[in-house]
Amino acid sequence: MKRMSWFNVTSLTLGFAFLYLPMIILVIYSFNASKLVTVWAGFSTRWYGELIQNEAFLDAAWVTIKVAVMSSTLATVLGTMAAYVLVRGGRFLGRTLFSGMIYAPLVMPEVITGLSLLLLFIGIGLDRGVLTIVLAHTTFSMCYVSVVVSSRLVTFDRSLEEAALDLGCSGWDAFRLVTLPIIAPAVISGWLLAFTLSLDDLVIASFTSGPSATTLPIKIFSAVRLGVSPEINALSTIMIAIVAIGVITASLVTKRNAIRAEADTRAAERAQA
Amino acid sequence: MTQTVFAPWDDPNEKPLIRFQNVTKRFGEFVAIDDLTLDIFEKEFFALLGPSGCGKTTMMRMLAGFESISEGRIELSGKDIGHVPPNKRAVNMMFQSYALFPHLSVWDNIAFGLRRDRKSKSEIDARVDEMLKLTRLEKFGRRKPHQISGGQRQRVALARSLAKAPKLLLLDEPLGALDKKLRQDTQFELMDIQESTGTTFVIVTHDQEEAMTVASRVAVMDEGRIIQVSTPANIYEYPNSVYVADFIGDVNIIDATATPTGENTYALNWIDGQPPITAETKTTFSTGQKAHLAIRPEKIRISTEKPDDAANALQGKVLDIAYLGNLSTYHVQLPGGQVIKAQTANTRRIARRDITWEDPVWISWSATAGVLLEH
Repeated sequence: MKRMSWFNVTSLTLGFAFLYLPMIILVIYSFNASKLVTVWAGFSTRWYGELIQNEAFLDAAWVTIKVAVMSSTLATVLGTMAAYVLVRGGRFLGRTLFSGMIYAPLVMPEVITGLSLLLLFIGIGLDRGVLTIVLAHTTFSMCYVSVVVSSRLVTFDRSLEEAALDLGCSGWDAFRLVTLPIIAPAVISGWLLAFTLSLDDLVIASFTSGPSATTLPIKIFSAVRLGVSPEINALSTIMIAIVAIGVITASLVTKRNAIRAEADTRAAERAQA
Repeated sequence: MTQTVFAPWDDPNEKPLIRFQNVTKRFGEFVAIDDLTLDIFEKEFFALLGPSGCGKTTMMRMLAGFESISEGRIELSGKDIGHVPPNKRAVNMMFQSYALFPHLSVWDNIAFGLRRDRKSKSEIDARVDEMLKLTRLEKFGRRKPHQISGGQRQRVALARSLAKAPKLLLLDEPLGALDKKLRQDTQFELMDIQESTGTTFVIVTHDQEEAMTVASRVAVMDEGRIIQVSTPANIYEYPNSVYVADFIGDVNIIDATATPTGENTYALNWIDGQPPITAETKTTFSTGQKAHLAIRPEKIRISTEKPDDAANALQGKVLDIAYLGNLSTYHVQLPGGQVIKAQTANTRRIARRDITWEDPVWISWSATAGVLLEH
């Protein structure tokens, strides 16, 4: 293997340090035996044990996951439908307006989105809880889904749908049996994106959550305001581990598929020769 | 033994399978199909031929049901199909891109249409196996489309579109993605399959050789209109216009004014100071009328001496020689500057060729070799 130049080694080290040093420190201190976050007093898993006992945190985690699953699923359905209409609907009245407006939440400051949703929920008399957070998260994450799905639909060979119609499918059957399986990877990554966004969100959730339901980011944020506790470090480490496992699995699956596709193509070329 | 010639278009009692009746298709201001009337008969292998943008693909998409009709009507077996959606038509289409479903195996691709008809499993199995056998794909049933070669994909697309035994099969540039050698083999395969299944095929192509090879009749199109419909031989030998003569194969066009000299015989003044050209035709021209003589290069003889027996003989100079192996095309410049192409078969070895660049030569042809056209 070629030796890297000093310049490359330095820039790589700096880059990684910027990205990962804070997280590494957080992970290390989550195993700190001391109650004081900044003083190292030996290795311990004590805070993980205490975390499991802490019902407020566990409740918040459960709410967060429920909200993330529901809102990302709803956002995926709505976002895919919107993307399909925008890419396939042809020219209809208000298309430009609609396609511009669907992307507006991408650039809208979250505070404004949160505040307007709060006003809406109060206006229609909806009690703030899991339902309102789900609705709010769906609102802002569906545009991300529709961006991901429509970029896939643009490159989708339209004659595949026509072939399905030609072979006797109704419009819905053509979508269900041909379009959806082919764009599935984009739909799934849209879902994952929406899921992550919902998991992270603090601002919008703090506007739309009520006393009956609090999400984990809100819980962590309010706990940190009273001082960083080692429990929070443990919780954050668990979240980092979950995300890391997810990302690594996804990239391994993608890589394996790419290798298999390449092998298939080579086999086909051999068969042709 | 008498052999009946397949020519239902000459039989006035024959009912057409497809009838286009004054069909017009507009896309906004643009007229894609202009008041078109055409009959296509059962078991025909019909080719729509023309340059890109001539409306041939639009015609095919109207037959499949993907485009609506602006005016007129299209009948299939005597029934108006203008408002029948594509999934309710006994018409199947083979797409230019093949449009194979990438997530399904070859077997499932072929079975796709049959499953939509809610056929029983044994029926589907039997039909798919039959189709795989017809297209020689038995070994590839379990592969995915990206695991087979381009030629095999083309055959899967054909098998899938034939599986439902449609009354009419539409083929949109079916061989466009194949290389030349494979394309020629596949043309004969298509003809065999068309004959053995007895299905009516309508093929869209811009390749005149392909249309001539496979089709029972060819329609030459331009700007949304059909210029001529006839058998390949008729189109080649008796084109009805300069456009058709020029589009199909290679041709020399000599512009002239006609003077009748006898029954069906005309003297053509093509340039001042040169003897007129003699041509025979069934078309009537008045004295002084503009006429275009279309002559195929292979109908022109080239020689170093003036031939005694030819109706027309002109002297010129060899400008260029295109050697194609089996044939050579000579570009001969006439005194007026016009270049005429003459083609000869290379029956001798090239080393013994007696005509070369800059040589003065005679080109000659008979009175019936060319076609005299009005426009």
